[in-house]
Amino acid sequence: MQKQAIFQSKLLPYALVAPQLAIVLIFFYWPAAQAVIQSFLLQDAFGLSTAFVWFENYLELFKDPAYFAAIVRTFAFSFAIAVSSLSFALLLAVMADKPLRGSTLYRTLLIWPYAVAPPVVGVLWVFMLHPSLGVLSRYLRAMGVDWNPLLDGDQAAALIILAAAWKQISYNFLFFLAGLQSIPKSVIEAAAIDGARPMRRFWTVIFPLLSPTIFFLLVINIVYAFFDTFGIIDTMTRGGPGKATETLVYKVYTDGLLGGNLGSSAAQSVILMVIVVVLTGIQFRFVERKVTY
Amino acid sequence: MVFRRLGAAAAAAATLVFASPAFAVTEIQWWHAMTGANNDVIVKLANDFNASQSDYKVIPTYKGGYADTMNAGIAAFRAGNAPHIMQVFEVGTATMMAATGAVKPVYKLMADAGEKFDPSVYLPAITGYYSTSKGEMLSFPFNSSSTVMWVNLDALKKANIAEIPKTWPQVFEDAKKLKAAGYTTCGFSGSWVTWVNLEQLSAWHNVPLASKANGFDGFDTVLEFNGPLQVKHLENLVELQKDKTYDYAGRTNTGEGRFTAGECPIYLTSSAFFGNVKAQAKFNFTAAPMPYYPDAKGAPQNSIIGGASLWVMGGKSAEEYKGVAKFLTFLSDTDRQIWIHKASGYLPITKAAYAKAKEEGFYKDQPYLETPLLELTNKEPTENSRGLRLGNMVQLRDMWSEEIEQALAGKKTAKQALDSAVERGNQMLRQFEKTAVH
Repeated sequence: MQKQAIFQSKLLPYALVAPQLAIVLIFFYWPAAQAVIQSFLLQDAFGLSTAFVWFENYLELFKDPAYFAAIVRTFAFSFAIAVSSLSFALLLAVMADKPLRGSTLYRTLLIWPYAVAPPVVGVLWVFMLHPSLGVLSRYLRAMGVDWNPLLDGDQAAALIILAAAWKQISYNFLFFLAGLQSIPKSVIEAAAIDGARPMRRFWTVIFPLLSPTIFFLLVINIVYAFFDTFGIIDTMTRGGPGKATETLVYKVYTDGLLGGNLGSSAAQSVILMVIVVVLTGIQFRFVERKVTY
Repeated sequence: MVFRRLGAAAAAAATLVFASPAFAVTEIQWWHAMTGANNDVIVKLANDFNASQSDYKVIPTYKGGYADTMNAGIAAFRAGNAPHIMQVFEVGTATMMAATGAVKPVYKLMADAGEKFDPSVYLPAITGYYSTSKGEMLSFPFNSSSTVMWVNLDALKKANIAEIPKTWPQVFEDAKKLKAAGYTTCGFSGSWVTWVNLEQLSAWHNVPLASKANGFDGFDTVLEFNGPLQVKHLENLVELQKDKTYDYAGRTNTGEGRFTAGECPIYLTSSAFFGNVKAQAKFNFTAAPMPYYPDAKGAPQNSIIGGASLWVMGGKSAEEYKGVAKFLTFLSDTDRQIWIHKASGYLPITKAAYAKAKEEGFYKDQPYLETPLLELTNKEPTENSRGLRLGNMVQLRDMWSEEIEQALAGKKTAKQALDSAVERGNQMLRQFEKTAVH
């Protein structure tokens, strides 16, 4: 019995890996390297005058208290989005996992929102809750609620978190449901026979068995909250009011694409890249220890 | 055999391709940001021009919103593939102007192409925005608008207000009456908060927004809009926001629906809002001039424009420039300007077109279409009212909006907010100055 595949030709394994490597190089390392180079430059939008400024773009950022505020805000948003969408999705998955009539229909309906693109999600929520355009906000105002996320930063932040979490629930739900269904029924039945009530069965049997799924989703959700909420912010608040909803990714966009300040924007992307690498490292180093596979 | 035939076909095709420029028309790419009815206007202009002669062909391409079009043009330029004509919104003016070599100034283009061109036939309030302080036209005005005060006449009647308010104190008082008459959530409001309440306000009262003639005389300009007039105005808005006599409606024009839906009876925004008002408002309306503070000396001055102009990109052949120049002459034609004015609601750019439209009695039926023109031509433009020439204007506006929002939310006083907006804006201007091509 051979356990390892043996390649007759020495070149074949390289040839097989080459397309994958090429794609990674072209679509990840090359642009990433470009970003690093650009972050050391000061350049006008047209690329007509370029000056090499070493770390000036980074220093400008670290001098700017608004940038630190954006970092803190991004972490707070990510935490809020991850926790709320994960917990709500888990609740839905546990309920949908019950043997119910027509459960396939419920499950399909719950998965649907995932197929909606983030800007569309933004627009959907805008039509409901935008202070001027929103259908619900007109009723809210008529009822005497001072609903104005254009001026109230907390309301705007809540709106973004709500929309972003809502969008991610389906994805989480899908994985939780699959995770729940892969737990052997006999284990749960054994716990039931031992007299464990549903809540106790959930926390001592199901939840630990689900931990690899939770860990995976935690990583995915934080990355999502960091990067994919851009479309929602752009359609709903454009970073305002004040800077109440400006996250790191959105700042990269406004400074680089709208402001034409490519150097600072590139420096911000590099920092963002480092933050996500460190964050993922921490998750795998520390959080993963608590996961039982 | 098959190969030989293919080869022959390829050769024939190649001859066609390479030979064609000798007798074919010169193509002129025109990138723009117009949608709906205004897109139709652009397409018709291109078609009419193409039909009027056989040497050149203008090809209009829609490239998304204003910012998208500009970014697409910049990206295309970096790739060596820029269009000939690019529509750029007024806030992109300084960025385009700073890019010496990337653009071909219109006055140079016309002179090089030997096209007849007299800058004095254009309305100075409009072309002033796009000219150097020496009066050299850098870009060609295409669609211009200005800020006006849209008024729901039925609402005024309901609140027993006999006259359309002319001054800010009157607006505040009337807004309170309107609020008492049932418009509880919004007495008055407006779009583009910095354009209306900082940029236009300063020009209308003949006070500077920034030094060096609002940036016209150099990129080493500093912001100066934290003066007593602007601070007082913002203080008034902050006070009125508390009980919704004024209700903030956002940085851009997403709040305009509150006027057409009848929620805000007085609303300051662009005169180009006309199309939507006409289509959606179920009440009598008009567009009045912007209000002013009667105790400010010399107010009202003249307003400044919004909208976009056509920039000619650099690095094209003389033949192509000739076509572009002919097209700009074609656009300047009096009857054509009147047609654009009527079809799009944007302003005519030549004095002759304005005079002729007036003579035809066009403004008798629709007096509100003349309001922005009256504002723009109210007085000879001064250093403070010619326009704005600030780099990174899109970002600057966002930054100023942030500060105004903080004041309106009660987190800062009006003075603190404007001081901070000036200070942060100056930092950005210094950065722009560093990257601008000298």
